[in-house]
This record gives sequence, C-alpha cells and structure tokens, in this order.
Amino acid sequence: MFRLEVRSSTPTWFNFALPLLAIGATLILCSGLIALAGAGVLEAYGVMFTASLGDSYAITETMVRATPMIFTGLAVAVAFRAKFWNIGAEGQLLAGAVASCFVGAIPMPGPLAMVLMAVAGAAAGAAVALVPATLRVKFKVDDVVSSLLLNSVIYYALMALIEGPWKDSFSGYPISPPIEDSANFPVLLEGTRLHLGVVAALIAAPLIWFLIVRTTLGFRIRVTGENPEAARYGGIHVERVLISTALLSGALAGLAGVSEVGGVHFQVMSDISPGYGYSGIVVAMLARLNPLGVVPAAIFLAAVMTGAEAMSRATGVPAFLSDVIQGTALLAMLVALLFTAYRIRRVGVAR
Amino acid sequence: MSAVFEQIFQVGFLAAIIRIATPLAFATLGEMFSERAGVLNLGIEGIMLLSAMTGFTAASLSGSLWLGVLAAVLTGMLMGALHALFTVVLGLSQHVCGIGVTLFSSGLAYFLYRLIFGQQSVPPNIKGFQTLPIPILSDIPVLGPAVFNQFALVYMAILAIPVAAFVLYRTPWGLSVRMVGENPRAADSAGVSVIATRFQAVILGGALMGLAGAFLSMAQFNAFTFGVVSGRGWVAIALVVFGRWDPWRSAGAALLFAFVDALQLRMQASGLGHIPYEAFLMLPFIFTIVAMAVMSRNAVAPSALLKPFRREER
Repeated sequence: MFRLEVRSSTPTWFNFALPLLAIGATLILCSGLIALAGAGVLEAYGVMFTASLGDSYAITETMVRATPMIFTGLAVAVAFRAKFWNIGAEGQLLAGAVASCFVGAIPMPGPLAMVLMAVAGAAAGAAVALVPATLRVKFKVDDVVSSLLLNSVIYYALMALIEGPWKDSFSGYPISPPIEDSANFPVLLEGTRLHLGVVAALIAAPLIWFLIVRTTLGFRIRVTGENPEAARYGGIHVERVLISTALLSGALAGLAGVSEVGGVHFQVMSDISPGYGYSGIVVAMLARLNPLGVVPAAIFLAAVMTGAEAMSRATGVPAFLSDVIQGTALLAMLVALLFTAYRIRRVGVAR
Repeated sequence: MSAVFEQIFQVGFLAAIIRIATPLAFATLGEMFSERAGVLNLGIEGIMLLSAMTGFTAASLSGSLWLGVLAAVLTGMLMGALHALFTVVLGLSQHVCGIGVTLFSSGLAYFLYRLIFGQQSVPPNIKGFQTLPIPILSDIPVLGPAVFNQFALVYMAILAIPVAAFVLYRTPWGLSVRMVGENPRAADSAGVSVIATRFQAVILGGALMGLAGAFLSMAQFNAFTFGVVSGRGWVAIALVVFGRWDPWRSAGAALLFAFVDALQLRMQASGLGHIPYEAFLMLPFIFTIVAMAVMSRNAVAPSALLKPFRREER
C-alpha cells in the first residue's frame, strides 16, 4: 500500500528536479500533438532545440526573446509571493512600452534618454498595477478579475493611440513613431540583437532575489503572502505591503515593455507583446516564485517560442504548439509541486 | 442629439442586447455553479475558446449545427473535468490552475484549428443558426421581434435561468452544491460527498461555458477567429460577483453588461463626435471594473470558495 504523507520540508534539489520533471512531462504529453500533425516527434523537438539553442547566434536570439519574460516572470513572482494575484503583467508591459516610447522619441543625449525611458516605463507599469491593488485594498475587488479586465482596457487604449493621434504619419501604418536613434539600446555583440535590456534583466533577477530574501520589504511581502493574519498580528501593515508589492510588480512588468521598445522594436505596435505578460505566470511558477529561477525558466519558454517557429517551417507542425507547451508546463509544474507538500510512503499492510 | 438618440434606441436595439447577453448568460451561469460549489474557474476564457473551436469544427465537418453544439458542450465538460481534477481532487491553487487551463485550452484551440483548416487568407465560415420565430409570441409589438424572434440557443439561455435557479435552490443536488460551497465540513458530516459534488458542479459549469462558446462561433460570428471570445470569459467572472452568486441576479448582470455593450456598438456606428472607436470598446470593461468596485464591498462569496477540501485535515 502507498499513502500520501504531509511533508514538512523539501530538499534543495527539488528546486531543480521539479521544473525538469514538469518540463519532461510536458514534452512527452505534447509529442502526441506533433504525431497528430504527422511529423516525427524527435525530428520536431530536434529542430526546436537546434533553432533555439544550437549555435551561439541562436542562443543570443533566445536570450533576446527571454528578456521580456524575465521581467514579467519577476513581476509575477514578486506579486504571487504576497498573494497579490497580478494577472495584469500584459497590460503593465504595454503601458511601460507606450511610456518609454513616448520619452524615447524626445531628442536628448542617448544615455539620459535610456534612463528616462526606464523610469517612465517602470512608473507607467506601476501606475497600472496600482489600480487592481487599490481596488482590492479599498473595495475588496478580486485582484485577478480586475487586473485581467484592465489588460483589455490598456490594449484598447494603446490601439486608440497608435490608430489615432500617435499614428506614424511617415509610414501610415498603425504604429507609433520610432524613438530617436540615440535612444536605441546599444547592441553588446556585433552581428546579434543582444541589447542592453538583456543584461539589465540578468542583473534584475539577483537584485529582486536579494530584495525578497534579504530585506525587510521582502520579509513583509513573504509574510503577507504566507499568513496575512500573522503578519497583521506582528505589526505589518498588510494593505501597505500589498500596495508596495503591486508597485514593484508593475514596475518590473513595465520594464519588459521598455526593453522591447528600446532594444527590439524601437516603436510601439499592437502586437508588441505576444502574451509575454501571461507567459510571465508560467515562468514564475516554473521558477517556484524564486527570482533566480526566473532566468532559466524564461530561457526555456523563449527557446520553445523561437524553436516552435523554426519547427513549424521545417515540419509543418503549427507553431501554436508553443502555446500548448506553455499551458501544459504550467499545469505539470503545479502537479509536480505536490511533491513538495506530500511524499509517497510505503505503508506496511497489516498482517 | 435626438437623431443620435433615435438611432441608438431603435427596435433592433433590444434584440441586440438579448443576443449579446446570451453567451454571457451561459458563461455566467456556468461560472456561478462552479463557484457556488467552492471552485473558482479561471479556465472559463480558454474553455469558451476551445469549445467555440470544436463546435465550429464539428459543425463545419459534419454539416450539423447541433452536432457542433454537442461537441462544444462535451469539450466544456471535459475541460471542466480537467480543472476539477486539479483543484478538487488534487487541491491545487484554483487561481493558477485556472490560468493554466485557459493557457492550455487557448493554445490547443489555436493549434488544432490551424492543423485542421490550415492557414487561409479568408477564415472559413459556416451557415450558422438562423432565427427561429416563435408563433404568436413573436407578433407581440416590440417585445416579440426582440425576444421571440431569436436563435434557438437564445431561447435555451432564457430557459436556463429559471432551470438553474430551480436546480440550485429546489433540488437535493442544488442543496449539496450550496453546502459544499459554504461549509464542506458540515456537508461531509451530513453524508454529502464534497469531492463528487464539486466535480459535478464544475463539469456542469463547463458544459454551460461550452454553450457560450458554441453560440459565439455558430450563431454570432459563424466562424472561429482567435478573438472570438476576447475577454467575455473574464467578464463573466466579474458578472458572477456582480450578480452575487445568484442565477437571476447573474443573468440580470449579463443583461446589464449586454446593454452597455450594445450601447457602445450603436455609439460607434453613429460616429459620435471624434471619439476613437476603441474608447467605446473599453467602455464595457471599465463599466465592469467600476461595477465590481461598487458591489464587491457587500458581496458575500461562498465561504469555501478557493479552499480545497481534504477529509483527513481536521
């Protein structure tokens, strides 16, 4: 007989084993869809791997792709730590993109422009995140629903801007005018698209880790998430912590937009984010809400996305496979997390 | 101004409200059953999308719209069962599982649609449901053409409201649903299986979400596009709160939202001033957020919502 037993602590290697287990299970489950599309499973996954991580150029492209998801992953990880259910990283990213593009289009010295773009983008993202947080603290509105609904509002606002007053008069397409050339983030490696934002994301992850694990605010965020009653009893102003968490989370999501504008697109268009905000949720969960884990998790999803496009071209399997993989990975990770709460024990049968 | 006013409130306006309200009513009732049993289903957006896709595909391949509806309902039930497996049986986070179900279902819908229909410049469409005037009743002035000259699925949605209320408040199963949502411990002591009841409620909810998807792709748009649901699932979750977890009030909330949506569509068409059309598209979402802010303070959710039940934990 086997029995589920409550586990009090988990070994460290679980942090690595569980995501790998979830990813393995996901790839096995999704191979059914590849077979359904009439392609060879190993061939398809092979193409995905080669195209995303096979050579140094592919790796830089994957890193560029991973960057916005590192930011949104951090945003979600911070929010979920406090059990502030921020599903609005998508809208916060868009707001950050718009604000930074607006600033980047003003002529000024390059470095100053980049700093101001980051500040404006982070502020815009934080401002958007403040809405669901305030609604929750003041009006008891469910943060999941309000942050989700807000994504649609922000999206339409962005569309209204780029189809209306902000429309690029030069091209006539519904895209914003480009930022100044001097505000384009410098490319760090000749011949690639590896830009300053990638490095910023890689620096942000350990900084946020430090903030969560080592600072008073981080402690308050964690306690608020784990046990709000205890937090309140311990003298923590839970509402204030939720607001601070929202500001931090929104700012990080906003930076995802900044990095896409400054380093990749140099302007704003309607499809500037193919759902990076929602992918951030998958990233954060795969990372077990650990900011350091966000980086490899984001790289994995980025590899799936870049790989899926190449796989689609080579084998005809629809590239939407990457969306299925994301959803499956999230669910598989949740199931895998059961191993942190329970262990399977062999129970002796009574003779 | 009066010309604009007339254009907005013409005879077809009432009919438009009913049509817009239909998928929302199905979805809202579905979410309500799930939440009354204690399970938040954030998978609703993806479940509606996948059901819209399977329904459209089945109808398009078989030529039978009702076979399409059946496929959509079965899809909804299957995805409901998946969500219930994760949240009810395994007791995982309802928030994150719901998002997972939505991401998974949406991805699967896009993937299968592209696999079956390929990439076409003009998306394939079907001859969707036609209006089915009800004799005598459809002759009533104003109300007749608006309410009794609609698609069969609209009548189903109207009937679903009293049926849902009856099931929830007047049947033993409905009592079990309310008990496991309010006080699972007591329900368990009274011999009600918490796990089974929640499972059934989430699956029933999934079936209703499937009907919502079916309506979108087979009556409203007669095609499957990636934006066929575009936030209606999220709106339904808000409408459940706004409707205070009651079938009648939830349906009323759906009607109110449909009124705002129909109004913004009319205002868009009438080219009111130089306001960009996106401002009108935003309106129903802003309205929903504001409505939630007004209602949530006094809203009393089912006590056991979001709380997994495990028998041994006493």
